[in-house]
Amino acid sequence: MKNSTAVSGNAGPKVRSDCEIFIELREEGGIIIDLVSKVKSLYGESIIELVKEILAFYSIENAVLRINDSGALSFVIAARLEACIRKITGTTLEFLPELLPVNRYSTARDRFRFSRLYLPGNSPGLMINAGLHLADGIILDLEDSVAPEKKEEARIMVRNALRQIDFYGAERMVRINQGEKGLEDLNHVIPHNVNLIIIPKCEDPGYIREVERKISEIKTANGIDSNVYLMPVIESARGVERSYEIASSSENVVAMAIGLEDYTADLGVARTIAGNESFYARTRIVVAAKAAGIQPIDSVFSDVGDMEALRQNVLSSRALGFEGMGCIHPRQIAVIKKGFSPDNDEIEKAKKIVMAFDTARENGLGVVSLGTKMIDPPVVLRAQRTLRLALNLGLIPPNWNDSVE
Amino acid sequence: MASETVINAAGRIVPLEINGTPVIPYKGVGKHRPEGRKYSPPIATCSDYPADGNKVVSSLEEALRLCGLKNGMTISTHHHLRDGDLISNKVFDIASDMNIKDLIWFPSASFPCNDPVIKYLEDGTINRIEGSMNGPLGRFVSEGKMKGTAVLRSHGGRVQAIQDGEVKIDIAVLAAPSADSFGNAKGTGGSSACGVIGYGKADSMYATKVIIVTDNLIEMPCFPMEIEGNYVDYVVVVDKIGIPEKIVSGTTQVTKSPDRLLIAELTAAFIEKSGILKDGVTMQAGAGGTSLAIAVFVHQILKDKGWKSKFGFGGSTKYMVKMLEEGQMGHILDAQAFDLDSVRSIENNPNHIAYPVFNAYNYHSKGNLTSLMDIMILGATEIDLNFNGNVVTHSDGYLLHGIGGWQNCLHARNVILPIPLFRDRIPVIVDEVTTLCGPGELIDVVITERGIAINPLRRDLIESVKGSGLPIRSLTEMKDEAERICGKPQKPRFEDEIVAAVKWVDGTVIDVIRKLKPVK
Repeated sequence: MKNSTAVSGNAGPKVRSDCEIFIELREEGGIIIDLVSKVKSLYGESIIELVKEILAFYSIENAVLRINDSGALSFVIAARLEACIRKITGTTLEFLPELLPVNRYSTARDRFRFSRLYLPGNSPGLMINAGLHLADGIILDLEDSVAPEKKEEARIMVRNALRQIDFYGAERMVRINQGEKGLEDLNHVIPHNVNLIIIPKCEDPGYIREVERKISEIKTANGIDSNVYLMPVIESARGVERSYEIASSSENVVAMAIGLEDYTADLGVARTIAGNESFYARTRIVVAAKAAGIQPIDSVFSDVGDMEALRQNVLSSRALGFEGMGCIHPRQIAVIKKGFSPDNDEIEKAKKIVMAFDTARENGLGVVSLGTKMIDPPVVLRAQRTLRLALNLGLIPPNWNDSVE
Repeated sequence: MASETVINAAGRIVPLEINGTPVIPYKGVGKHRPEGRKYSPPIATCSDYPADGNKVVSSLEEALRLCGLKNGMTISTHHHLRDGDLISNKVFDIASDMNIKDLIWFPSASFPCNDPVIKYLEDGTINRIEGSMNGPLGRFVSEGKMKGTAVLRSHGGRVQAIQDGEVKIDIAVLAAPSADSFGNAKGTGGSSACGVIGYGKADSMYATKVIIVTDNLIEMPCFPMEIEGNYVDYVVVVDKIGIPEKIVSGTTQVTKSPDRLLIAELTAAFIEKSGILKDGVTMQAGAGGTSLAIAVFVHQILKDKGWKSKFGFGGSTKYMVKMLEEGQMGHILDAQAFDLDSVRSIENNPNHIAYPVFNAYNYHSKGNLTSLMDIMILGATEIDLNFNGNVVTHSDGYLLHGIGGWQNCLHARNVILPIPLFRDRIPVIVDEVTTLCGPGELIDVVITERGIAINPLRRDLIESVKGSGLPIRSLTEMKDEAERICGKPQKPRFEDEIVAAVKWVDGTVIDVIRKLKPVK
């Protein structure tokens, strides 16, 4: 035992639903717990019981603990204490809370990924209600939103969150770190039913294959057979240049995103609202993704207060061919979803085109016309696609064709 | 010392005597029939007052002496200066200097700025507080440190108690942002404007002695007078009655919390889809961040549909004022102004009308404004599986809030409680409320971020949202989900000693709060 004390977690006037645990392992004296908690009168006994259970699990018989709790749920307290014990003893034993039965679902390769909500991996307070806002995906982030000295405890927090938080059907995503650290992250999250791994700052298709190999190893070791999809994020000039290779590097890659903060930094230019500086990269990503048969996904919009600017951004993003965007605030989700969904005019127009096409086919006509306009086959294809999208989003009933005369 | 107890109509064990005076146990909604005549203060003669109408005396201390301040008296104050109030504490500073003991403080509400009176509760200057208690004051009471037993009343219950003579005010000390030397007073003007001072009206009419304290003495007549000089004994002029930025929040703010906004959106969707929002609707919502967000969403629906609310009842806020000014609300009837926009509006807009709580909330009067309201948005600290509500204690047993107008507002046609399912692990839906403040039969809808529960008694509402796609669930389902997430909390432990009584709107005792056992 090199060091016999450790601290993990967060405390402070603004921290909620988290706790900070200090522990000192000793040679004697038994277990002494000093609990400061605003929910002490409601959960004090169960917190102490949980802490004792975990200490027993790790065969710790003598320790002094100070817990500063701001309403942390049990899995949060467990993650904090496990992180402390790991820091001191180096154990790799995992104290796993139950994987909720509702969390055992898999997702489809072509499901919608309009919105995906980033959640800092070491901030449990933001995670608990995150699924209520109905983003298509929830990202538990281990990368940029976690301070370097908090990486280890964040892995345990994310692992426990994957097991214990109901995200109400959102695609369960984790953003791993870059390089070796990212591969190590996989050990902590893959066994806990992750649907998709986001690979940041991607420049090398080789790394994707490495991630894939590692996932496959972990899956085999744990007897997991559900798919774990990949979404590389392109955030550099080099990444843009290799985007098609990256997009087509594995059949598990289902989407490719662009990260504009890092990309513009790499170019040495400012990120503007008009976005001229990234126009080439964004269209290049769209083309590469489409060529590889996967979804192109746009960067996050960072002004969470300006919903109108976000709406404009989504519309231009969709016009370029993107099929989704990242969110850094739950209020962005509805705006993004609406922006990527076909509006009424589009749906009505598409209905007319498809009906004209069907009529022409029934009448054995090779040429489709609507009013005085002739309609080319690609226009019909696009209209069919719009209706499929509207149907999947529940914007039109399956029998829309019967109800319209 | 422990008085005899009975089980009241709500199944709660309550005493038959509080602070040495007999009380009536709660009998059920509308069951208690008052008898007798209203209380009346002594008859005065104008020959005792200056013929020139000038009632100004040199200081608050002199006024209190002239009023005959002595041990055991009941002193009332209003709370319109909210957390900026500089007068209430002053009264007890003076009383303490005069070595007066055992006073009863009867405020219409207390705020954190009143925490210094704790020292007067400790040294015996004040025997007890009959009024709302928040924060440290609430803790003090919950820990059994107050000498007398607290009595908690709603705003309407307070005026009922004054009118019926349950509380006999010896001296009312009423701060007024503007007043004249005759004692006419109002809530606007000067540097301490708070909009209205209607909570002091009943005090002025029923107290034996009335002191107006102002920092803005204006020429007679102070008009429109909310408190009339004929009720007033003395006028005191001081430098400052309040700290302006703490009297009204400069601006009330819609919540930024995405979870609260979700609750607000669900609430707006519910009142729209159920059909209770309609042209001519009457409504009331508070000044909390979620309520304000609901007001904003409702405003948009009214605009989109081209509808107009007949009137809203305030606590007014800038969001209500916006509805009034943009034509989606006909009138605001106002018992208190929460922000600067509201204060300005009530000064300048003839359709924004000061409406004393005496007329709006008093259950023992010939009509109750709240029963005219279509939509009532309220909060709660706890709701139990029978829709019973608690607003005064938290699940940990501590007394932390006043009742405010909450009980009175339960008489509206549709009472809706938008509340989070849990707050920092503290559950809101419980098996049984820690303290009963409002019977479940009056609470119609509970809306949380995880679903909407409709009281089974409201079959019309249940029917109205069938097929609406709204997430309708039972309270039990939501409670189970909260417990799955948070864990099942242990119960707070109480001793037998009663530290506070909770009155129903008709003056009967609906529940009591007992002293908390300390947590190890």
